[in-house]
Amino acid sequence: MTRAAAAERTVAELQGIAMSLRRRMLRMAAHKGEGYIAQGLGIADALAAVYFRELSIDPGRLDDPNRDRFLLSTGHYSIAMYAVLAELGVLTDEQLETYALNGSALPMSTFDETPGIEIISGSLGHGLGQGVGMALGLRLDESPAKVVVELSDGELQEGSTWEAAMAAASFRLDNLWALVDCNGIQADGPLVLDMEPVLDKWRAFGWSAVEVNGNAMQELVDAFDALRKEPGPRAVVLRTTPGSGVPTIERRDRAHFVRVNDDEWSRLMEELEDRG
Amino acid sequence: MADVPSRTGGMGEVADVAGPYEVAPFGEALRQLARERSDIVGVTADMGRYSDIGPFKDEFPERFFNAGMAEQSAIMIAAGLAKVGKVAFAATYAAFLTRRALDFMAIACAHSMADVKVMGGSPGLVNPYGGTHQAIEDLAVMCSIPDVTVIDPCDAVELRQVVRAAAETPGTFYIRNLRGKVPVVLDESSYRFEIGKAKQLRSGTDVGIISTGFMTARAMQAAERAADAGVSCAVLHVPTLKPFDDDAVAEFAADVGRLVTVENHLRSRGLGSSVIESLYSRGQVVPLIRIGLGDRFHVCGSQAYLEQLYGLDLDAITTAVVKGQWDF
Ligand SMILES: Cc1ncc(C[n+]2csc(CCOP(=O)(O)OP(=O)(O)O)c2C)c(N)n1
Repeated sequence: MTRAAAAERTVAELQGIAMSLRRRMLRMAAHKGEGYIAQGLGIADALAAVYFRELSIDPGRLDDPNRDRFLLSTGHYSIAMYAVLAELGVLTDEQLETYALNGSALPMSTFDETPGIEIISGSLGHGLGQGVGMALGLRLDESPAKVVVELSDGELQEGSTWEAAMAAASFRLDNLWALVDCNGIQADGPLVLDMEPVLDKWRAFGWSAVEVNGNAMQELVDAFDALRKEPGPRAVVLRTTPGSGVPTIERRDRAHFVRVNDDEWSRLMEELEDRG
Repeated sequence: MADVPSRTGGMGEVADVAGPYEVAPFGEALRQLARERSDIVGVTADMGRYSDIGPFKDEFPERFFNAGMAEQSAIMIAAGLAKVGKVAFAATYAAFLTRRALDFMAIACAHSMADVKVMGGSPGLVNPYGGTHQAIEDLAVMCSIPDVTVIDPCDAVELRQVVRAAAETPGTFYIRNLRGKVPVVLDESSYRFEIGKAKQLRSGTDVGIISTGFMTARAMQAAERAADAGVSCAVLHVPTLKPFDDDAVAEFAADVGRLVTVENHLRSRGLGSSVIESLYSRGQVVPLIRIGLGDRFHVCGSQAYLEQLYGLDLDAITTAVVKGQWDF
């Protein structure tokens, strides 16, 4: 897929893709009975925009050395990645049904044995640094490819993230993007450290950065278009709602890991359709 | 393979608890200590909920510090607290501590003999998330750092006793933490944990199992089954990996025909290797099967599934004891 062709997708089309990703994620979580569904639903819009508008990746040639690299640093967001890979035709819906089951090729957090997954990321804080390395290597090879790294607000607490952020700016990596998913939660509940102002931190580290509602497609698209004109490295700070699109999950107190009774999943799916 | 449940039983919990259990023994023990002593503090790295520090945190919020998801920072904070007179318990997952924060545990803690008691949660195959989360080498790594006491408790009873012993003994400790519903296996009225001491839990003459951590519970079950099959089996529980109880192991080994070591850890450089090293240095050579994990990253799945896959389940241990076979 060329970026020119992808960029022609309308906001409405991208919203439709995000809806399809959400449906797939809910089906996966329902099969397993549990999972990181709140984060998946929260990042769905950003992934739709990135994969179906910004990135140049040919699903039939995932080993193309000039493919854009998308690094999911937050490994437990795997549920969202698998949905994207199914949307691209890399994974089948039958494979999705094995999400995180014993012996599955689609584990609870991502491993690079899965086609389309670039790094192993369950130990958090591994994404941005490797993204810097890839961006340096691709630049050395004069490749047109860019590197887009997703990371979570929890990962902003790991020192490795800021070591990488410092290096990226110092190396003036024009081919590196960061998508920072600020969903306001982490394992122990609401963010346990005050991370604000997140946007200013990235700017202070020498990045071009904007902040958007990560669940508003038009804002996402506009942010990418605006940032593209700025020098790199570039960061999009996403303010997302965990569980976005499914009110019951949006309202949950403990959303980091969701486990509900088997019969409840169908109700959550209905909520998604009603909202959509 | 037999049908085993696919749901994981919550991150880092001992999955299926058949008999009696206690909830959050680490947090309960820490709360009790904190009631008695004002110098007890607790640190986590965004894994308070998953490390069972809750009972302590709820009663002593001012003595609880959440460093955020920042394991290096958590260990440095614990070291700093220790260096101004506190006894700091730092709890998160074993994998993230013993990999990311190792330098800080070695230098800021161990080298200074700081009063930091590191609680490594979700050890070995307890964790369903695969190589990223499974601390299969944590005992080896921590035993290789000078001046660290390394302990893998058997159950809730021992875990509580270990927490107390660590608080009362100066220096840096690495303790494997079990969370959630933790089985009660040892008899509280008679069992006394002592740092550096192995405990013989069962006598027998044909085979001796030497085990550590919660594998000791399974060793006891395997010994029972072996007895039914006409094999007399003794069990030696070695909770302290370092300092290692060479004398107890030598005595135990002298009384049995062959040995089986069992650990929820790499089969090299953990308990099994320590047993061989210890016996061999004394010129004692005993036939031995080492049960543990191979030199590879392991897949994802529920604890029961993984243990069956990699030969750590009761059937595999029993076969090793009764038939002298373990092919994994
Ligand atoms: C290095 C590391 N430390 C700790 C963990 C355990 N852990 C898993 S998810 C998580 C929360 C991280 O924050 P964030 O990604 O913002 O959480 P979410 O939005 O998914 O709730 C933690 C601490 C981990 N996977 N890796």
